[in-house]
Amino acid sequence: MQDVLNIRNYFPGLSQKVHGKPLVYFDNAATTHRLQSVIDAYSDLIISSNGNVHRSPHYLGQMATKSFENTRDKVQEFIHAKHRHEIIFTRGTTEAINLVAFSYGETFINEGDEIIVSEMEHHSNIVPWQMMCERKGAILKVIPFDDEGNLLLDEYDSLLTERTKLVAVTAISNVLGTINPIEKIIEKAHRKGAHVLIDGAQAIVHKKINIQEINCDFFAFSAHKMYGPTGVGVLYGKEDLLEQMQPYQGGGEMISEVTFKETTYGNLPTKFEAGTPDFTSVASFSKAIDFINSIDLSACISHENKLLRYAEEKLKNIEGIMFYGTSANKASLLSFTIEGMHPFDTATLIDKLGFAIRTGRMCADPIMDHYGVQSMMRISFAPYNTFEEIDQFYVALLRIREMFS
Amino acid sequence: MKIQEIQEEIVEEFAAFDDWMDKYAYLIELGGDLEPMPESFQKDENIIKGCQSRVWLHAEYNDGLMKYYAFSDAVIVKGIVALLLRVFSEQPPKDILEAKTDFISEIGLDEHLSPTRSNGLAAMVKQIKIYALAYSKA
Repeated sequence: MQDVLNIRNYFPGLSQKVHGKPLVYFDNAATTHRLQSVIDAYSDLIISSNGNVHRSPHYLGQMATKSFENTRDKVQEFIHAKHRHEIIFTRGTTEAINLVAFSYGETFINEGDEIIVSEMEHHSNIVPWQMMCERKGAILKVIPFDDEGNLLLDEYDSLLTERTKLVAVTAISNVLGTINPIEKIIEKAHRKGAHVLIDGAQAIVHKKINIQEINCDFFAFSAHKMYGPTGVGVLYGKEDLLEQMQPYQGGGEMISEVTFKETTYGNLPTKFEAGTPDFTSVASFSKAIDFINSIDLSACISHENKLLRYAEEKLKNIEGIMFYGTSANKASLLSFTIEGMHPFDTATLIDKLGFAIRTGRMCADPIMDHYGVQSMMRISFAPYNTFEEIDQFYVALLRIREMFS
Repeated sequence: MKIQEIQEEIVEEFAAFDDWMDKYAYLIELGGDLEPMPESFQKDENIIKGCQSRVWLHAEYNDGLMKYYAFSDAVIVKGIVALLLRVFSEQPPKDILEAKTDFISEIGLDEHLSPTRSNGLAAMVKQIKIYALAYSKA
């Protein structure tokens, strides 16, 4: 993509030095860098719109409410949701999933009901369901994946039963990069009368999302993985389900009337937005959506894919390297181990050379167990990454390897 | 040698490195030279789990002194483990309890002992002290 150098200018964090070395940022699956426009909007809004959203009647409060609700409209349009009140702001993907696990669980789940997740889920899409199953006496079932990182859909078919209430699957694996066939997964679930939650944390910048086409019942993602602010997440839920579900938390703004005898809850979406949200961050999030709408997403995805293939070609020359997640259909991240180079040691030293990579168990213990490894290294790309950075990374890896020999 | 003297000695050794690469090369060397733990000590109940690496720690008490055995799967962590053993092993429990760990930040490795680092080292130092506490009344 000819605009790579141009696109870097929108992200002030990319031009900094770490340990005296120019930063090479390959940890985008953990969090992307933030846009200058998001940062500017935040510092402007925190002054010009500093009234409590939905509450303060004065000018500053009106401005806060306006910018907050404008963002809701933008999110609705961005993911093509049918109604604006199907967009619930949360602190992040994790909170969005916990919200569903609690509120859907309390409303719809009975003893002996079944929930299906996959073996490649992030802990955020496992633990809330385990907690819910424990609370409700429900049963958690797991779709396995093969060594390339593809979900075994035949196994999925046999897991789906009349007792299946909900299927919770990631659109893109944060470790393997696999782009899962969510449309198929959703359709199969719906045929059995089950609902589906899609963890869209990774997918939101690597895939065009049209909620009504995908037809999932819930979709969760985070602003900080799409160049936006930290502390903001989105839960999309179908209107009729959200209407029926019990609130997640009690507090201000989620009520209709409160007496000590009885409290009635407010309407969507505020029913699920108890307490003062991070309204300044939410409002600045709209700038990230503006940015993504303004760029050629297909060109970005194609650039990322080229980076991925280039990195694979380059790194496979390293003796003892092992890649995890080799599905034909994968997003631009690469997880690997190198014989004789412990991921923690490698990350410690490569950090000193200016490279930001992820290592460890990546909040996905079952994936580590699948391959029988303790930890991995991961590089993950954004449209602002370059081929030169991959060359530099390769040289840095070789240099570090010498230190271990 | 007393704990503080050993710490001062280590700080002096590290003062010789003006480059992070030399410092880490030395840690890797120390890690490589660390004697493996007796296999019987490398059991699950001795593991201090971290997301990034694992540390095994075993403690014994003999003739008024604590003896620690430790190991890690990451070599840099092993290098720091070797330093911690040099400081704390073969010392009386009371001295271990009173000892500070400032020398780690003086040699510029405090990032590795941050509780959020998740490499097992911060938990290891805590565990060393807990063992010392258990035997301090012996």
